[in-house]
Amino acid sequence: MSWTLILEQSLNGLQFGLMLFLLAAGLTLVFGIMDMINLAHGSIYMIGAFLAATLVEATGSFAIGVLLAIVATALVGMALEATLLRTLYERDHLSQVLATFALILIANETVRIVWGSDLPLNAPAALSGPVELLPGLLYPSYRLLIIGVGLAVALALYFLVTRTRTGMLVRAGASNREMAAAMGVDIRLLFTLVFGFGAGLCAVAGAMLGPILAVQVGMGENILILAFVVIVIGGIGSIRGALVGSLIVGVVDTIGRAFLPALLREFLPPQFAGAIGPALASILIYVLMAAVLVWKPQGLFPARG
Amino acid sequence: MALVLAVVLPLVAQSMDQPYYISFASRVLIYALAATSLNLLLGYGGMISFGHAAFTGAGAYSAGILLVEGVTNAWVGWAAAMSVSALLALAIGALSLRTRGVYFIMITLAFAQMAYYLVVSMKAYGGEEGLNLTLRPAPGFGVDLRDDLTFYYAVLGWLALALVLIERLVGARFGRAMLAIRENETRAEAIGFPVYRCKLILFVIAGAFGGLAGSLLATQNNYVNPSILHWTQSGTLMIMVILGGVGHRYGGLIGAAVLLVMEELLANHRIAWLAAIAPNYQQHSLLAVGLILLSIVLFAPRGLAGLFARKGRGNG
Repeated sequence: MSWTLILEQSLNGLQFGLMLFLLAAGLTLVFGIMDMINLAHGSIYMIGAFLAATLVEATGSFAIGVLLAIVATALVGMALEATLLRTLYERDHLSQVLATFALILIANETVRIVWGSDLPLNAPAALSGPVELLPGLLYPSYRLLIIGVGLAVALALYFLVTRTRTGMLVRAGASNREMAAAMGVDIRLLFTLVFGFGAGLCAVAGAMLGPILAVQVGMGENILILAFVVIVIGGIGSIRGALVGSLIVGVVDTIGRAFLPALLREFLPPQFAGAIGPALASILIYVLMAAVLVWKPQGLFPARG
Repeated sequence: MALVLAVVLPLVAQSMDQPYYISFASRVLIYALAATSLNLLLGYGGMISFGHAAFTGAGAYSAGILLVEGVTNAWVGWAAAMSVSALLALAIGALSLRTRGVYFIMITLAFAQMAYYLVVSMKAYGGEEGLNLTLRPAPGFGVDLRDDLTFYYAVLGWLALALVLIERLVGARFGRAMLAIRENETRAEAIGFPVYRCKLILFVIAGAFGGLAGSLLATQNNYVNPSILHWTQSGTLMIMVILGGVGHRYGGLIGAAVLLVMEELLANHRIAWLAAIAPNYQQHSLLAVGLILLSIVLFAPRGLAGLFARKGRGNG
């Protein structure tokens, strides 16, 4: 195990964690403020990726296409919230699960009808090669762009939530919805905006990850579970928790997959290590979540006092 | 009425030479059993478990592995499936029941995911590919489960037995205590009910029946693979229960039947008036399933069973 490999995998973990954060941020706010389980969050990520692939193709520019896709996805999200999801806030969690599960089916099939099962989305040509970060450490430049975008969005979001008036209202809503409403906050409008914002973040993640993973129907389902793991580790409703949780999950998952099988081979007979290594690596984040919940049942940064 | 229908229907299919429908009906009943066991948790325990596929999966794999290893006695297979799943439920429940609400949902999901990846890593038993089962277990007494009709009645028998047992359980002291816990956990604890132990017992019972359903599913498909433990499977079971009616005696049965029949009708039968509007609709049948589920949430808040219940009655 050379240090360049460790460094490279850590960067991969950071990159994955930041993208997870974009998904988890929207999810944790929706969950935290309106106490709503939204399984369709992954579908919005998928729609964002498909819109990005279409618009990048149509405009011929990666940057313009992605920006348009973010705006379009935010509009889709707000329309969805205003027409349908709003009626679900007062219902119990099980009804929300059933309704948003139905939305996953509807979104998957609608995307299949409009676009087909998958679309190509390539990284901009200028960023296709690797850069030499340190002597001997070559890293794909597109992944660096993802890390840059992720960090920028995370910082902007952190500033927005902790330092602006809108952010203050959002935090007030997350810690006590009724009290915030009683103090004159227009919770309905606030929430439509938050939902649209979360949808936009989904589109950023979908568009940036599109060239690395595939833009295809069903891409949202597996990452959705990871996003839920993140917000539970971080504490539901907490942006800071979502950031810390995302980075932990991203790094632990990536590093685990890269090094755990090799590490096990040092201690165990090879045929045994070969079988159990990948499984253990996949399980790692769930063990982590269970451990966090046993230690801190409300997550690392509980939003409610 | 329903029982007569369940007994007679496959005979009709048999006489019309439509064996496919017998095996489809068996599948419906197996899912009904799995969903009913989950409904014990959702409806009677107020425990939203998002990891029920772990128990059906454990049952399916125990039955499958026994068969591959040459144990063909069906009773041994069923007993093994139920006890392995019950033990798994005991372990998962003992840890998960310390948390509540959303955290309980997520931690049961986490344990099911662990079970999923564990099964994927079992290279000796097929790993990601799964296990092909070339034979079916034999319960003795001259009963041959390789015959689809016989297998159907075996499944029906298990489902009926499970429903009766659950009925008795809910009516007994234990069931009353569970209702008290569901309605107000703190109060039940204050009165002196052993809340944690009651919930754990219910969790284990639900797990055991889930495992039984899993072992039947393995026999039905002649095949076990890790997808039976995937989280979408837990989701599907949950959807069946919510669809049928959470806490309703036949909620799991109704939900499983309606969901599977709906999927089957939309995907494999050409409906003339639908085809006239959208010629390719069968390729996108899940869109229709989604729309129907969504309208059920919006217009039948207490599930389908709630629609038929008498007006003015509370959650019963």
